[in-house]
Amino acid sequence: MPLKLVPDNTNIGFVKLRFIAFALTLLLTIGAAGLLAVRGLNLGVDFVGGLTMQVEFAQAPAIDTLRERVDRVGVGDSALQEFGNDRTILIRLPLPEGDQSAVQRVVGKVRTALEKDYQGVKFARVESVSGKVSDELIKDGLWAVGLSMLFVALFTWFRFEWYFGVSTVVALVHDVVVTLGFFSLTQLEFDLNIVAAVLTIIGYSLNDKVVIDDRVRENLRKYRQMDIKQIIDLSVNETLPRTVMTSVTLLAALVALLILGPEVIFGFTAAMVLGIVVGTYSSIFVSSSLLISLGVKPRAAAVEDKRAAGAERIG
Amino acid sequence: MLDFPKWKIWSIWLTIGLCALLALPNALPPSMLASIPDGLPKSQLPLGLDLRGGSHLMLEALPTDVEKAKLESLEETVRGELRAAEGGAIGISDLSLAGNRLSFSVTELARTDQAVQILNKVTAPLGLGASREVEVARGSVPGQIVLTPTQAGINAAVDSAMAQAVEVIRKRIDELGTREPTIVRQGATRIVVQVPGLQDPEALKALLGKTAKLEFKLADVTADQVEVSQGRAPPGSQILPVQDGGTMVVKRRAIISGDQLVDAQVSTDQNGAPAVSFRFDSTGGRRFAQATTENVGKPFAIILDGVVISAPNINEPILGGSGIIMGNYTVQSANELAILLRSGKLPVELKVVEERTVGPDLGADSIRAGAIASIVAVLAVALLMVVTYGRFGVYAVVALFFNVIMILGIMSAAGFTLTLPGIAGMVLTIGAAVDANVLINERIREEQRKGRGVVASIETGFKEASRTIWDANSLNIIVAIIMFAFGSGPIKGFAVVLSIGIATSVFTAVTLVRLMVSRWVASSRPQSLSI
Repeated sequence: MPLKLVPDNTNIGFVKLRFIAFALTLLLTIGAAGLLAVRGLNLGVDFVGGLTMQVEFAQAPAIDTLRERVDRVGVGDSALQEFGNDRTILIRLPLPEGDQSAVQRVVGKVRTALEKDYQGVKFARVESVSGKVSDELIKDGLWAVGLSMLFVALFTWFRFEWYFGVSTVVALVHDVVVTLGFFSLTQLEFDLNIVAAVLTIIGYSLNDKVVIDDRVRENLRKYRQMDIKQIIDLSVNETLPRTVMTSVTLLAALVALLILGPEVIFGFTAAMVLGIVVGTYSSIFVSSSLLISLGVKPRAAAVEDKRAAGAERIG
Repeated sequence: MLDFPKWKIWSIWLTIGLCALLALPNALPPSMLASIPDGLPKSQLPLGLDLRGGSHLMLEALPTDVEKAKLESLEETVRGELRAAEGGAIGISDLSLAGNRLSFSVTELARTDQAVQILNKVTAPLGLGASREVEVARGSVPGQIVLTPTQAGINAAVDSAMAQAVEVIRKRIDELGTREPTIVRQGATRIVVQVPGLQDPEALKALLGKTAKLEFKLADVTADQVEVSQGRAPPGSQILPVQDGGTMVVKRRAIISGDQLVDAQVSTDQNGAPAVSFRFDSTGGRRFAQATTENVGKPFAIILDGVVISAPNINEPILGGSGIIMGNYTVQSANELAILLRSGKLPVELKVVEERTVGPDLGADSIRAGAIASIVAVLAVALLMVVTYGRFGVYAVVALFFNVIMILGIMSAAGFTLTLPGIAGMVLTIGAAVDANVLINERIREEQRKGRGVVASIETGFKEASRTIWDANSLNIIVAIIMFAFGSGPIKGFAVVLSIGIATSVFTAVTLVRLMVSRWVASSRPQSLSI
């Protein structure tokens, strides 16, 4: 007999829990937003400009001694951070005034200083981004996230009803803000890759919501006399095995990447793991129940019958 | 729903077979790859710099620099044309390049009209429908002429300067002997240079950061030392810094410039110190011979990027068209200068505004870790699917396998670069691709619970789930396209894998699985489903 993550005929009263869920969601969102406002993000050189060097040592260096050594070179305030293991250190420096040769001189000076004091030191990665470019990258990132949200809202509106668009975007904002809050809390470096992760979270969190919305629409059509709360509960419960199974397979793949994958994309993978968890939560507890508060009615979905018929079959 | 006409079955397997053929070169060692006959696919998946190691540099030119250079070359043209005017040279004075325009006064007021006419002719637009690049007008003072580059002229100048810069950069990088550099223009004023597997990116940056504008100018020995010490040069002269310290007054007009060099090589001077010898082309050689003949006994300056590197005396006319630059060089710096001179000067100064360099070891580590993570991810997902859905899970895993092959095949054939985020995208696709199967299988389970028969359950399962799969994947494609449009470098790689993965997963997870299920149903006619 095959395994069933969710037993047959599960019937959890999600709708009844909705006010607790709304409160929790609001709390999480406000908490995350507050954290962002107070602590901010540990923005990488992609977004603030500057110089990053990933340096590999033969033996684990004492961070304080190393910091003192780098500061003695006199190229600005350094920020040091272990990266994956204690032999790999990320050194952040402000971008020096002047042209590119200034950057080269800084890298050269640090390299000479470290090579003298530490045997077998290797510069695995060097990144420098000027202030102008980092401003553009911030702009592009915000555009990308904003446009994604907009298109998603429009698409759900077009394919379903405006209620679905609103509830989806509300839940997505929560997913994104909580993920950003996580980065503020852990102070993991927030770079370009994380923006890609946030966009991906939007995509996959949407999957869950669309699947549930789709079922809500189907049930609204099927049971025109049924109470809306019952319909939502039925739809969420019916799709629960799929929601859980898909999240579990995604997490299985991502956790493998998180643990075994390269250190460089740790933050990227961590963001997605968190995003899947948060997205699944908001799909089950928030976005569908929100439909009730928005006042969706069985008759509203009936108009959609014809529009949906066009895409009945694929593959 | 479960009927498949023959042609459909064939085209499904043909598509998969084609993708497998395209993906095949990735599995072959280089020796076998070389023996593949032409016409068959043999391109491997290109790896991004974050995986193979290398340098990514974004260079930017300031348009104001180009405008300045444009005005300077305009000055050359004006001086040359007026000197060669019909009826003897037209004398000019008060030449100024201030305010993004070139203004000067004609000394013989009567010849102002002639000067305007000549200048209008030489700045006339080339080609049909081309707009004027320079406006020629009379100034407020009699005899004054003002030349202003138009916006179209500036745009054209920036465009041609950048195009030329790309060529110069290519030559310089080729001189380093690096394999497969990618040099592309981005936007109006940027150039992206990607050089894989470079051991010493510093040498590359040293080469790209220099304009290498070489000029030979006569020294102005008559200049008033007091004026010069106050930073004022006599008319027609300029004060330039000297490499070893101090300043020097030289004539503004160059006798000859580096554009007329045909070759430059490292050599040694009479003391055995490294130096750079060069040779002019024939016109350059003649001009150099003439200038040195006329100025025997006087010093001249060899100027690189506005700094005097040496100022030898002209002891005798230099007729052979070649010379030597001495300036306290090491073999390495002499070699660098020789490369710079051989590849020509950059028409505009370029600044590195973004650099990402990854050592080859780190790249190799990333590939290894990425590969292990991918394999574990596939195994974990496969195990979950088979344990949960039995036979239908096996079908999903087979589809997943073909999905990965299709992604690799399409990416290899289209030449998309695999980056580290791209590997992450692959792992994500592995996790997400089975979603379609989960949707279908859960729906079949539901229909079973409602007491429907085997075939009816399967048919309804596929039909009802397809709509949802369509909605969900359209949304994901939208997000991936936005990511591609706004992302840079590695993120584009992620978006590409994601988009291809979404498209192929619908094909494999829905169409291919349906085919396998229908074959099974047709051949073994199951009475009940274990799902």
